[in-house]
Amino acid sequence: MNVMMLLEMANAAFPERTAFTDGSSGESFTYAGLFEAARHRAASVRASGASRLVKLDVSNLATPLSLFSSAWAGVPFVPLNYRLTDVEIEALLKRVTPAYLVTQADRVATLGAVAEVNAVACADFLDAAQHSQAVEGEWSMDPDEVAVLLFTSGTTGEPKAAVLRHKHLVSYILSSVEFASASEEEASLVCVPPYHIAGIAAVMSSVYSGRHVVQLPNFTAPAWIQLARQHKVSSAFVVPTMLARIVEHLEAEGSETSDMPNLKSLAYGGGKMPLSVIEKAMKFFPNTDFSNAYGLTETSSTICVLGPDEHRETVASTDPLIRRRLVSVGRALPGVEIEIRDDEGKLLEAGGRGEIYVRGEQVSGEYEGRGSVTDAEGWFPTRDAGSMDEEGYLFLEGRADDVIVRGGENLSPGEIEDVMLTHPDVADVAVVGIPDEQWGEAVAAAVVAKPGASIDVDALKTMINEQLRSSRVPAVISVWPELPYNETGKLLRRVVKAELSQS
Amino acid sequence: MAELKTGGRFKSAVCTAEIMVVSAPAGDVDLTCGGVAMLDSTSDAATGGEIHPDHAVGVAIGKRYINEEETLEVLCVKNGDGGLAVAGQLLLQKDTKKLPKTD
Repeated sequence: MNVMMLLEMANAAFPERTAFTDGSSGESFTYAGLFEAARHRAASVRASGASRLVKLDVSNLATPLSLFSSAWAGVPFVPLNYRLTDVEIEALLKRVTPAYLVTQADRVATLGAVAEVNAVACADFLDAAQHSQAVEGEWSMDPDEVAVLLFTSGTTGEPKAAVLRHKHLVSYILSSVEFASASEEEASLVCVPPYHIAGIAAVMSSVYSGRHVVQLPNFTAPAWIQLARQHKVSSAFVVPTMLARIVEHLEAEGSETSDMPNLKSLAYGGGKMPLSVIEKAMKFFPNTDFSNAYGLTETSSTICVLGPDEHRETVASTDPLIRRRLVSVGRALPGVEIEIRDDEGKLLEAGGRGEIYVRGEQVSGEYEGRGSVTDAEGWFPTRDAGSMDEEGYLFLEGRADDVIVRGGENLSPGEIEDVMLTHPDVADVAVVGIPDEQWGEAVAAAVVAKPGASIDVDALKTMINEQLRSSRVPAVISVWPELPYNETGKLLRRVVKAELSQS
Repeated sequence: MAELKTGGRFKSAVCTAEIMVVSAPAGDVDLTCGGVAMLDSTSDAATGGEIHPDHAVGVAIGKRYINEEETLEVLCVKNGDGGLAVAGQLLLQKDTKKLPKTD
């Protein structure tokens, strides 16, 4: 089992199809071209004596080529976040030497000077003339070899390197994608960063389905809209903040619809989708299938999906319990099991709020140097908090560490946020716990007003008190121009917490 | 007869077919293609010979094949003219459920 098998099959079945196009340069790889290039780059990687192939750059044609040539060479692929500081990048790089580093031209000299780093510019990595040797024979079949090392964002202490083995990634693709299911006209617009698990999953699932990938290196709403129209894009994945920007831009264009008749499916994930954004998006893309995906690095990407039919049914329903499912992340994929457990690890009944546990062949739950954190039965504790309804729809409630403990009572930020978001003047909200002498923690909220609206804090508190117990009404509500998000749409709760704790 | 491990790859002795094991029961399994025992993909054993006429149904790249008990599942990674069988029983092509695409 090896991720190279996915490309091998694509190369056998549709060699002449366009596989990847760099949206900024317009250059492309066919499947046959990518397969042959991987065979040659694998030889270069082996000749360098490196034990890892590191990629440090925006999405470009070197992204899929790095992934597949490292798999062929038999070394782990390590995509690094190019938005980190130079000091952070060097520290991570030193943890993965000896390394063959594929990077931006202006970083080759400095990072190439790091001990046991063989640095190559992306352009040189892509230049066939510089890689005349080819690997004889095939790749390793050992399913337990490491395919990818992905550094977590490291918001609390040193970043951990999640270990994904070939068996995890191939299992994920085989259980979620049908081979050659895309037609030649289909194109997928990929705008998630290459160091994100969704970026790696996009490469593999597009190759296995035979879908042309158009890469957008730096997301902006106008660039996304322009590429989607230009390449007649049929599917895309966005994080919630990206969808919000796209909808805002379409609104500003003054158009009734998105003018993207080819866009058949739009998937989103990576953070909480505000109800107002998804409802508006469904109006702008009336013929587009929406899917909400939930997954983690440690689970080889998606484990839960709210599919297109479920989107339509929930929007059309008048039953509040069904309508609420629009903000769920759907149900577990085939081959994936999900449970909600309490603090002591006991299984909770439907509707109970606790920590999300997941099990399945695509679940790794392993970090380099620390081994696997799955339990004896293979369950991985995600550290995400959530609840599941009677029919298995999963609702995310933030990180388990975000739970507010007020006077011994556990309060879920998500529950309070959901109520606050129903207020007509509230566009966005983050609820956190701040230190409090009397209660240990107090509930605090940062809210963003809708354009043109202003927020009456006392009226907002009254509204919350009408729907939730008084312990859940924030002691502090602060009105902010916007909330802090990272580039992949994750709310930076610790930043909110730090600021509200000071006030 | 061979032990089939998940991820293991086998080639036909009588046609171009190759498969990868997705799931398999413990112990030795008599997996054949075209009526002849399949070989480990790295094997140097001689290939050639005839496909048994009762086992000439062919396999198609990307398709999954299962036994009746659904204890064995393999993925075809190279097309071939031979059909897959366990202990003489032809494997069945597995129906795939279409999932919403998410990445």
